[in-house]
Amino acid sequence: MAKRIVATDVSAYYGSLKAIEGVSLSIEPKSVTALIGPSGCGKSTFLRTLNRMHEVIPGARVEGKVLLDDEDLYGEGVDAVAVRRTIGMVFQRPNPFPTMSIYDNVAAGLRLNGIKGRQRLDEAVERSLRGANLWTEVKDRLGKPGAGLSGGQQQRLCIARAIAVEPQVLLMDEPCSALDPISTLAIEDLMTDLKDRYTIVIVTHNMQQAARVSDSTGFFTIDGPGQPGRLVEIDTTEKIFSNPSEKRTEDYITGRFG
Amino acid sequence: MSTATLSDSSVRPTRSVSTGALSGVGVLAVLVGTAVVQLAGGSNPALMVVVAGLAYLVLAPAVVLAVQGRRAAVDRLFTSLAWGSFLLALVPLVSVVALVVKNGAKRFDLDFLTHSMRGIGPRDAHGGAYHAIIGTLQQVGIASLIAIPIGLLAAVYVVEHGRGPLVSAVQFVTDVMTGVPSIVAGLFVFTFWVLALGQGFSGFAAALALAILMLPTVVRTTEVVLALVPDSLREAALALGVPRWKTVVRVVLPTAASGITTGVVLAIARVTGETAPLLLTALNFDSINTNPFQGQQAGLPSYVFAQAGQPQAAALDRAWAGALTLLLLVLLLNLVARLISRRTRLKG
Repeated sequence: MAKRIVATDVSAYYGSLKAIEGVSLSIEPKSVTALIGPSGCGKSTFLRTLNRMHEVIPGARVEGKVLLDDEDLYGEGVDAVAVRRTIGMVFQRPNPFPTMSIYDNVAAGLRLNGIKGRQRLDEAVERSLRGANLWTEVKDRLGKPGAGLSGGQQQRLCIARAIAVEPQVLLMDEPCSALDPISTLAIEDLMTDLKDRYTIVIVTHNMQQAARVSDSTGFFTIDGPGQPGRLVEIDTTEKIFSNPSEKRTEDYITGRFG
Repeated sequence: MSTATLSDSSVRPTRSVSTGALSGVGVLAVLVGTAVVQLAGGSNPALMVVVAGLAYLVLAPAVVLAVQGRRAAVDRLFTSLAWGSFLLALVPLVSVVALVVKNGAKRFDLDFLTHSMRGIGPRDAHGGAYHAIIGTLQQVGIASLIAIPIGLLAAVYVVEHGRGPLVSAVQFVTDVMTGVPSIVAGLFVFTFWVLALGQGFSGFAAALALAILMLPTVVRTTEVVLALVPDSLREAALALGVPRWKTVVRVVLPTAASGITTGVVLAIARVTGETAPLLLTALNFDSINTNPFQGQQAGLPSYVFAQAGQPQAAALDRAWAGALTLLLLVLLLNLVARLISRRTRLKG
């Protein structure tokens, strides 16, 4: 069920401001791809173009082509809602629905998409919570509010919520930046588990994290303030961290810049 | 720049003024208040309380200043000011409620709640507000049915979907409407509905006027509460492949539910007591009229207005009882709203 993403010449705008320019890359199925780079270089913006969340912001638009296997996400007649159902997303800050219980949070995506039936939902909830490594911690209090969990548990709850709708691809926008090291480790382990079934793209500020969890790494940067962000290079994580082709990548990774 | 030091001459933390000592200062202040007013030849207890309060505001910080130092004295001064303002704000609230309860209790009984004014003159002892209660419930009910859905949808449009000039237009108009005096709403319905369209006086006409008054409050409060719902929740739902409208209905509105309920109830409570629009649209009526769409209808505010305008003691007693009924109705409404918003909030 994991699918390949191929982006061709993608540019994204906020109103008249060009946030990223001419990004082309290919993301392999059943792998973890990390996007790194300094703040404001457009890596989160690029991530959001991959499931058409970018255009949710008023005035924002995207140019270029993003193929999921062989279907253009920005093609004519493609429904953004259907795209988001296929390509799930986990955000920087855990954002469980505050009015819903743990169970309802996980079931939310299914319920809101019209899937009913207690047994089916029960199964999906258990499977997703097990998938997010949260089942044993919450199985006795599924009716309690999701907002009552710890930060790390909330983030795993959000991951469970995202995988409950069985997406093909999982996008993670700095999923660990608001978490402590132990919760971070739990999520990183989870990513390694999940890549058996999903294509995972993760934006991170933490280069050790990129090195630990990812198979390939893309480096984004900007030339200066007001300039659009660009992809400098993308390669296997091993190559990027040991012998990158571009000097700018090496400077960033060794801490000489950014 | 003086060099920073950890010892501050304005603070002497080792010494403190006990509560007992402060009560002593309080007693002293009361004595001062009484003495000052009596020396000036007065005997008004309210004036004594005011002077005593002012005396406490001076004396208590002075004592604290002598014992503990400047910072503690300033703290005492502002704490006392805050308490004083709180008590001052409580005075009109408590005295209005106390007066209404005291004067209204005389006629507030089952007889009052179950009888209309049909065939009862201002001099007669009996009569009640049954017809006015029916009228108010119908008028406010219809007004709510009109204003709440429109107001909610308008606010959802402004916050969730709106772009550009139409949003500013809606916001501007609601702001202007908030300031419209209630009699203007009454006049509008009177000229437009009652006269120009020839619909005549009715409870429904009153409901229209009340709806006009409710609308801006509902829109404004709902707008504010919706804007408080974090964008991350909307994004979370959208990223699950949930359509925009379902995100609004199933995630945003439930999250904002308790705030919206509060705003809506405030709007209802506000128009429940409106008198001026009723006088121009439903007039008043002595008998029971259960049909809001035809003929004059009484309402509690217009009932109180009519009874209070009579010189006879029996009518004045009825006016107070009517006011008490109105007060209890609004109180009941608030309690119901509290219950609803407590239920919609997740048990946590």
